[in-house]
Amino acid sequence: MSAPLLEVRDLRTHFFTRAGVVKAVEGVSFTLERGEILGLVGESGSGKTVTGFSLIGLVDPPGRIAGGSIRFDGRDLVGLPPGEMRAIRGKRIAMVFQDPAATLNPVMTIGTQMALAVQAHGGAGERAARDLAGRTLARVGIPDAAARLDAYPHEFSGGMRQRVAIAVALLHGPELIIADEPTTALDVSIQAQILAEMKQLARQSGTALIWISHDLATVSSLADRVLVMYAGRIVESGPVSAVLRAPLHPYTRGLLDSLPAMARPGEKLNQIPGSTPSLLSLPPGCPFAPRCPRATEACRTDPPVVTRPGRLALCHHPLEAAA
Amino acid sequence: MTSFWQEYRENWIAVVALAVVLLVVAAALLAPWITPQDPYDLANLNLRDARRPPGFVGSNGYVHWLGTDAQGRDLFSAILYGLRISLQMGIAAGAVAMALGATLGILAAHAGGRIEQAIMRVVDLQLSFPAILLALVLVAVLGQGKVPLVIALVTAQYAYFARTAYGAATAERQKDYVEAARATPLPGHRVVFRHILPNCLPPLIVVGTVQVANAIALEATLSFLGLGLPPTEPSLGMLIANGFQYMMSGRTWISVYPGVALIVLIVAINVVGDQLRDQFNPRLRR
Amino acid sequence: MLGYVIQRLIQAAIVMLAMSALVFVGVYAIGNPIDVLISPDATQDIREAAIRHYGLDLPLWQQYLAFLGRLLQGDLGRSFVLNMPVLDLVLSRLPATLELALASVLIGAFIGIPLGVYAGYRPDSVLSRAIMALSVLGFSVPTFWIGLILILTFAVNLGWLPAGDRGPTVEVLGVGWSFLTWEGLQFLALPALNLSLFKLAMMIRLSRAGTREVMLSDTVKFARAAGLSEYTILRRHVLRLISIPLVTVFGLEFGSTLAFAVVTETIFSWPGVGKLIIDSITSLDRPVMVGYLVLVAFLFVTINLVVDLTYALLDPRLRRGGRAA
Repeated sequence: MSAPLLEVRDLRTHFFTRAGVVKAVEGVSFTLERGEILGLVGESGSGKTVTGFSLIGLVDPPGRIAGGSIRFDGRDLVGLPPGEMRAIRGKRIAMVFQDPAATLNPVMTIGTQMALAVQAHGGAGERAARDLAGRTLARVGIPDAAARLDAYPHEFSGGMRQRVAIAVALLHGPELIIADEPTTALDVSIQAQILAEMKQLARQSGTALIWISHDLATVSSLADRVLVMYAGRIVESGPVSAVLRAPLHPYTRGLLDSLPAMARPGEKLNQIPGSTPSLLSLPPGCPFAPRCPRATEACRTDPPVVTRPGRLALCHHPLEAAA
Repeated sequence: MTSFWQEYRENWIAVVALAVVLLVVAAALLAPWITPQDPYDLANLNLRDARRPPGFVGSNGYVHWLGTDAQGRDLFSAILYGLRISLQMGIAAGAVAMALGATLGILAAHAGGRIEQAIMRVVDLQLSFPAILLALVLVAVLGQGKVPLVIALVTAQYAYFARTAYGAATAERQKDYVEAARATPLPGHRVVFRHILPNCLPPLIVVGTVQVANAIALEATLSFLGLGLPPTEPSLGMLIANGFQYMMSGRTWISVYPGVALIVLIVAINVVGDQLRDQFNPRLRR
Repeated sequence: MLGYVIQRLIQAAIVMLAMSALVFVGVYAIGNPIDVLISPDATQDIREAAIRHYGLDLPLWQQYLAFLGRLLQGDLGRSFVLNMPVLDLVLSRLPATLELALASVLIGAFIGIPLGVYAGYRPDSVLSRAIMALSVLGFSVPTFWIGLILILTFAVNLGWLPAGDRGPTVEVLGVGWSFLTWEGLQFLALPALNLSLFKLAMMIRLSRAGTREVMLSDTVKFARAAGLSEYTILRRHVLRLISIPLVTVFGLEFGSTLAFAVVTETIFSWPGVGKLIIDSITSLDRPVMVGYLVLVAFLFVTINLVVDLTYALLDPRLRRGGRAA
């Protein structure tokens, strides 16, 4: 097997605020093969979005990558000069955001915005840039794409806007697309469509995909593997089917139990008690312990890494896989 | 309150500005006791002392540290008395404008309907019209003197307060607890005084600070144009105007020192106002 | 869009009417101008003839109606002092003021916007702090004082630039302009700079605030994620996004620049309408005051109208979707 496309080792992204250091990402490690679809799941504040932004070098101050490495195609992206990082962004690693209404510039035509994105990597002429923009729009299923280049974002529906954003990400045929909850702001019916299209586009072009979501159900229908994040750490990772069937970490179990689709009709949904901890004052030991039904005295120390074939978990008391 | 001061202290420029403002106010208040001369008493003036450079020892026997003006006034004394007038005008105009503007703004927000429409229409119209023109016309119409000047300044400035109070009050009006308070059989004025007014105060204080500085600047401008106070009691603007004609011949101190006093005061007030604005503005907080 | 234009036109007309009434009543309440017009030893007959001649014996409302009627025909009356039609007087002075105001607004925009965008882009850098200090000064220090300092520095001490008057002009379209000759530009430089400092400060503040806000937006993040260079993001995305409030203020400020020109023109003896109004106030030349104020009000209303319409052009959401909420 060739070297993985992306190899993240002990990534730590911290925010140096007035109130103290917020360790939004604390020791995240994972690998991603070419063409693989990876789900990154966690509640808001778990560090999943910051992880995504760390990968493309767009952590806003007062945050910065405090340690670790991000090897992309053999090269470490951490500490790369801004110019070289920019050459990678959009060209080899692209990103799609949550709210298409906020990401597209409301006072600029779609065509102009896409042309800017094309010209950001190599001096394509105005015509060539527009041509590429039009073809890419057609690829993501926008009817009458060439004519729509002159339209403004507000003239598109929410789903169409997100398709435009996806087209921007696809322009240069990147090897990796990071999608940060790209369907959360959309209607449910359109969510499913976009999800299916995204998967198809990724498979067709062999693009690897990191799909960031708070919703385990969405990820289960899309991803090959899943990472579950909690308080800046990856608490469980493994193939989607295996993790869903028999989670190792009590937190994953809790997430699964709170999914309506996983419960039998008439059964009460189980919410995880409590809320995500403040990353400013994290107690020592397992960060999930205060909310965990299986917590014991041992959980006051850092949890060990539990390994199963193809799977990892960070827990003192992992749930054993049902036979 | 203590934490507010703590945060204020972090910006040393603002601390210096506050100290300057307090110092100037104190100097202006104490002017009759700390100046060597009463510049408004014509009997004290001696034309032989006119237009003397800084450091000149005049016929009265004391040193004119900042020189003298064309009438032989000691400039240091004239500046402190001028500051007195400028501060008087600025604070009086600022206070009246704030009271009037806040009342109109809150009334508009509280009453709603036609009253709201009428008040805010006039306010917006006035805001689009430059304050200086309005003041110019009013001073021309009302004549010279302190009262006409304050009226002109208030007319030129109350609209800013009205806008600010209206904005804060309407934002407040839409909040649930005010709705709830209005639903209870409390009299309307209690809602205004207990809930709406306190929440309008921070932005009003910020605007008030800046508007006092603006009033001082506007008064100085009008006086400079010869439309402010009568020349017997020269404010800073008039001192500067009187010195203007001598500037070309190199007697720059007559204009420059009053001007420096004026801008130090105005800039200091503005810096304090800016700091207050930053501290009151929750959006800029990290 | 057409309905919007008509609605705004009617609004503008009402505002104009209200303004003219206010201005008229306000200004005609001043003292007795007849004393200024004829010498104190004139006979009673001459006095009364003059009063009748100028219509000063009629009730105020009749004077206003007559004034309004003449106004609609473009007749603003005659100057008591200079004995010439006010309209001609104001129009002959207007180009000088317009040139000055335009020059200063352009200076304010072309220097202020880049500085403000930079200060918003790098809010914590030393240069940004210097820029903000400059804007605090420009905002708070009175125009007349800055004018004095400019004269003192560049005219008296350095002797680089002339300190007053307009200098030579070049006739184009029957109007004299300063900016066409090098010498004319020299005369224009100090007054324009003086008048521009307030706009400069305002442009800096607005574009800084706008840039700070836009830089944190997802639009900028998305553009960065697409690999756009910071320069392209600032020049194409940010400038476009902050342009709407800037154009508004630019337009409105052009109006207030005409007003502030009063001060600058007085200091630099610039022969524009601002100097005219000060002279007419001191000499109680009521027709000139009224005429000037009505014209300024007219310019104001026109500018407001143009700004509103430009607004609609710049913001596609307003343009095509009618009036967005």
